[in-house]
Amino acid sequence: MSQAVLENETAPSARMDLLRFATAGSVDDGKSTLIGRLLYDTKTIFADQLEAVEAASASRGDEYTNLALLTDGLRAEREQGITIDVAYRYFATPKRKFIIADTPGHIQYTRNMVTGASTADLALILVDARKGLVEQSRRHAFLTSLLRVPHLVLCINKMDLVDWDKAVYDKIADEFTSFAAKLEITDLTIIPVSALNGDNIASRSENSPWYDGPSLLHHLEHVHIASDRNLVDVRFPVQYVIRPQSTTVTDYRGYAGQVASGVLKPGDEVMVLPSGMTSTIAAIDTADGPVDEAFPPMSVTVRLNDEIDISRGDMICRPHNAPAVAQDIEAMVCWMDETAPLRVGAKYAIKHTTRSARTVVRGLQYRLDVNTLHRDEQADGLQLNEIGRVRLRTTVPLLADEYRRNRTTGGFILVDESTNRTVGAGMIIEAQ
Amino acid sequence: MSQTKPYRVSHLDALEAESIFVMREVMAEFERPVLLFSGGKDSIVMLRLAEKAFAPARIPFPVMHVDTGHNFAEVLEYRDQRVAGLGLNLVVASVQEAIDSGHVRELPDGTRNRIQTPVLLAAVEKYRFDALFGGARRDEEKARAKERMFSFRDEFGQWDPKNQRPELWALYNGRHHPGESIRVFPLSNWTELDVWHYIAKERIPLPSIYYAHDREVVERDGMFYAVNEFIRLRDGETSEVRRVRYRTVGDASQTAAVLSEADTVDKVIDEVAATRITERGATRGDDKVSEAAMEDRKREGYF
Repeated sequence: MSQAVLENETAPSARMDLLRFATAGSVDDGKSTLIGRLLYDTKTIFADQLEAVEAASASRGDEYTNLALLTDGLRAEREQGITIDVAYRYFATPKRKFIIADTPGHIQYTRNMVTGASTADLALILVDARKGLVEQSRRHAFLTSLLRVPHLVLCINKMDLVDWDKAVYDKIADEFTSFAAKLEITDLTIIPVSALNGDNIASRSENSPWYDGPSLLHHLEHVHIASDRNLVDVRFPVQYVIRPQSTTVTDYRGYAGQVASGVLKPGDEVMVLPSGMTSTIAAIDTADGPVDEAFPPMSVTVRLNDEIDISRGDMICRPHNAPAVAQDIEAMVCWMDETAPLRVGAKYAIKHTTRSARTVVRGLQYRLDVNTLHRDEQADGLQLNEIGRVRLRTTVPLLADEYRRNRTTGGFILVDESTNRTVGAGMIIEAQ
Repeated sequence: MSQTKPYRVSHLDALEAESIFVMREVMAEFERPVLLFSGGKDSIVMLRLAEKAFAPARIPFPVMHVDTGHNFAEVLEYRDQRVAGLGLNLVVASVQEAIDSGHVRELPDGTRNRIQTPVLLAAVEKYRFDALFGGARRDEEKARAKERMFSFRDEFGQWDPKNQRPELWALYNGRHHPGESIRVFPLSNWTELDVWHYIAKERIPLPSIYYAHDREVVERDGMFYAVNEFIRLRDGETSEVRRVRYRTVGDASQTAAVLSEADTVDKVIDEVAATRITERGATRGDDKVSEAAMEDRKREGYF
């Protein structure tokens, strides 16, 4: 395997920013090879890991070093030659630290991809240039849009096997672009690559003179993610109340949490939900001292000028920009449990921001076929990996936004109250 | 809305914010959390994060050390100093005591990594801990790459990798029945280099063995072990004094040093950034047993 040379050899520093991305595709598309290539070309694979993988490949009779063995960590995965679960991988360049949620293509694809995509800034979908778009590519694109992943990259892989034919690239690119147009995908980048040979991965390849876009790594390093955050709607879910029992610190009462969206500043007028009481921010504290403003994803402690009864699960927002206080929720739900389906009338525990409640399924409007986007209105339940539009009623109000506007205050999970398993993931369409 | 300000956070700030969120989530949802503190660099960073998560209040839970009895003196000293400085309650789960009382049996090779697990589980049962913070990172080992931030353990403390709860957004599911528990890994998304950058940024003192020093060592399978009461020279072996530091601190009979001239945190960062071998691969005899050594130990309830 040849070692591509990075343009900039400087070591990762303490001042990079962070990009989380999810990869989707099956082993056949060369996804593990692509990830292995990214790790290898950014010098993230260590000598002892490579040695172990080379030895394991040789003993399996693989023709070349099987970089998939780097990512398949569990015994059952190596035995069966499949990826079972989302694996997290890390690499860094001088510009950014990257967290990859590597989601398997074969088994429980929807559950795993939804999990990986839920925190992703970017989704990377692979197709095999020889095969073009397959059902799975469309499904991955749909899930990317459902989970509101802001950026999508389509890698058309194995271009070496079609002689770097521009016509092959154009045909797949056109087809995918027109499909993506139906899905509200806002930012799409299409890159011709050969993961095995490293073409257009860490640097531009001479094999594709007709392609004038960036290499994959260059795109990952430069894609603009700062504007993806919602800095408009102030949403501060209260996580924990800090009240020191101490003789040195007295009368301290701070509301700890992570800013979900918006910018908070001392002096700002705020409203606390669900009570609707208003006050002003006295200070925003961190262990390193007070700060002038707090924005996502900062974890801070907010103090108010008035004594209001506030506890975990409450939300600090602005008086004229508040989420819905709602017990009737319309949402797309992805079902994740293999032991029992979602049924109308069933009750579950629900966790939404820092708030926990119980909920009953009031209705299932339709089940969505993620391959054809066909809506089946006769469906009476959701099985594992199925997605449907569901109506819920909660025991206490949720402080909720539409998922399309706010991924933090618009997402929830459903938990089976007897097994305690996480059984569903929900994206709010409407809350009232 | 102001478009002029970048509202930028560095990756270290983002990681810190995530870890603090996780710790507060645990404190809000569990009855009896405990933080596993070995005096190793990851648990030291975790303790700093706990300090920051609840300031100006004290850390609201005790710390526990599963003590194999095979310790580096510098690390024990550090542990006691740090715990006293923060006014924390320290629980020591002693492998030696468990051996003496017949609760566990010493293995023929004298290693204590594996027999830590029943001692840990007994302490969890005795103190009824329901959430245990561990400093494990996903970049350390491939079985750990699939570990959740909130990792469910049944009443036997076992991990079932094929049956993990999906973890979406920052919505962690900590629900469990009495007797079951959750292992929580706030440093899941940190790498070895992130940990060192954070130690530098926060100016966190570490046990001296993390920095280059002269030590009498013996080379075994390409690893350098300190010659001391736990590791004696075998026939045909010779020791020598080399300049070394420890990249990880585990059981003193199992943990090797690496040759190093890095005697400051900045030099360690340069060294870690340039190194070509993983920290566990370079220093842990216990992980070399098989491809799935870590997975097997985790299934039994190991961290």
